[in-house]
Amino acid sequence: MNTTTFPNSPLLSVRDLSICFDTRHGPLRAVDGITFDLAPGEILGMVGESGAGKSLTGTAITGLLERPGRIDRGEILFEGKRIDTLSAEEMRRLRGRRIGAIFQDPLTSLNPLMTVGQQLVQTIRTHLSLGKEAARKRAIECLAEVGIPAPEARIDQYPHQFSGGMRQRVVIALALCAEPSLVIADEPTTALDVSIQAQILDLLKKMCRERGAAVILVTHDMGVIAETADRVAVMYSGRVVEIGPVEKVVRDPRHPYTKGLMQSIPRVGSNALRLTQIDGAMPRLTDLPSGCAFHPRCPRAFAECKRTKPAALPVEGGHVACHLYQEEPV
Amino acid sequence: MIAFILKRLIQSVIVMLAVALIAFSMFRFIGDPVNSMLPENASAEDRQELREQLGLDQPVTVQFTRFVTGAVQGEFGISYRNKRAVAEMIAERLPATLELVLAAAVFALLLGVPMGIYAALHPKGVLSNMLNVISLIGISVPTFVTGILLILVFSVWLNWLPSFGRGETVQIGWWRTGFLTVSGLKSLILPAVMLGLFQVTLIMRLVRAEMMEVLRSDFVRFARARGLTNRAVNFGHALGNTLMPVITIVGLQLGAMIAFAIITETVFQWPGMGLLFIQAVSFGDIPVMSAYLVMVALVFVAINMIVDLLYFAIDPRLSVRA
Repeated sequence: MNTTTFPNSPLLSVRDLSICFDTRHGPLRAVDGITFDLAPGEILGMVGESGAGKSLTGTAITGLLERPGRIDRGEILFEGKRIDTLSAEEMRRLRGRRIGAIFQDPLTSLNPLMTVGQQLVQTIRTHLSLGKEAARKRAIECLAEVGIPAPEARIDQYPHQFSGGMRQRVVIALALCAEPSLVIADEPTTALDVSIQAQILDLLKKMCRERGAAVILVTHDMGVIAETADRVAVMYSGRVVEIGPVEKVVRDPRHPYTKGLMQSIPRVGSNALRLTQIDGAMPRLTDLPSGCAFHPRCPRAFAECKRTKPAALPVEGGHVACHLYQEEPV
Repeated sequence: MIAFILKRLIQSVIVMLAVALIAFSMFRFIGDPVNSMLPENASAEDRQELREQLGLDQPVTVQFTRFVTGAVQGEFGISYRNKRAVAEMIAERLPATLELVLAAAVFALLLGVPMGIYAALHPKGVLSNMLNVISLIGISVPTFVTGILLILVFSVWLNWLPSFGRGETVQIGWWRTGFLTVSGLKSLILPAVMLGLFQVTLIMRLVRAEMMEVLRSDFVRFARARGLTNRAVNFGHALGNTLMPVITIVGLQLGAMIAFAIITETVFQWPGMGLLFIQAVSFGDIPVMSAYLVMVALVFVAINMIVDLLYFAIDPRLSVRA
């Protein structure tokens, strides 16, 4: 176990993480050996289709993976300490306090029978030794910080008295009220109106920047990532196929899958009549192709792609896992 | 809120009128009560006299109006068999049934809710599986069988508990209670267990299913993601949201238990309304039967009303909408 911390060490380090589900027909590997680092205060976008394993990775980091899912290989280091082997109780103390989480649907993320204040106070008092009054004061501050008007009055209201966007602000307040240094935001804006989405993303970005908290932003919306993240990890069929700085990946994607993703995003000012799309769908876990999982859909696949899984190759500021770059890394 | 209560009150009155009509008209088909009330050699004059005395010579509408106005004032006429006021007889028997049902309900809740919570929190546990199997038996065995088994084991073999009657009772005002004497409480155990056993399994299965559903919901996952303790998540967040449907069913089951008490009261010779009803049926005692039907309907309506009001107490979302 690595416990030494030095200034430039990553906040979070995921090493060869694999998650599998034990089923009646044997284990199914949903996440297959992913590796990435996250620097303090950095925003990493995780993008991919449904079932690519992006949410599962986030769930595994928070230690909330549920049976029959389990981590069967690799390790997760947080602030230099291994956390995937912690006991349930140790992990619980970390959750909310050091690692916060934000879920997709603000309408269902809050307990309908408790006031917003009760939920905030409960969370604050679980992690910080504050009295009732102090915790309430802090809860009001949290609500003010996430931009809820008249927090003194709204703290005693129930979730149904808030709009969708306001509820997601409450969710952000709840996730950040104990000042975690890592926030895992799983599709935080998917359930919201487009007009509200940008506000919530700006808020999340601002709150995390102010606190120096790093964010893993899980989404299938490349636009959200381009606006918000510093780096992006593109996931396909349980693997990270490409990871790198956002501008780089958006402007000059390497992996054929990433290229396909970029071409399917409409651009203002482009006069293309049709968007190109990637043919086919992501393979099912029960029926993974040999070699590179993308090869049946890949326009540039060649013989080697069917035989072996490509390793991650370092490219400018990141990695790409594709045989195209195997011989002559750029 | 007040508008809601008013609306429910009006609905309740309509329901009660409908029940009164059914109670009144259904029993008109049972046969002429005069036949069973008078000796076989009674003269035609005797019959006519009794008929007039009972108001049976009046038109049907008049009889029904009299029935309803009487019922509203708690007046259900004279029992054909005992020649006593039915209201008086019901009032005499009501405490026994209500005490029995109350004891059975408390027994069912105290056992069923914790068992359901346990089974929901440990869905794969050995004990949970055992509880599930036992509850399946509990739900499938007819209540009179469990009653007879209980008597066999605890009264006949072990001789611990009485097999019939209410034991000694104490009169408080018009209420005759068995809660205050040892023999009264001992007599209560077996019938209450018999009546409550089915409800235990029902409540356990309901709580288990509802709670498992709630434990999967987003707000519970989010509560866990905030690092709240298991205790706070399970009991603070999950259990509260489980209670709504449980209260509905328990409320409805309270009514059903009053109705089911007929069987329990027959098995244990419990001097409640159910036993009174069975005796009335075998004699064709129409006023008693219709009074019983109206009483049971009234209890159902009242419980439903209380359940609806409880929703307001539990769920803040409702007070805004109404």
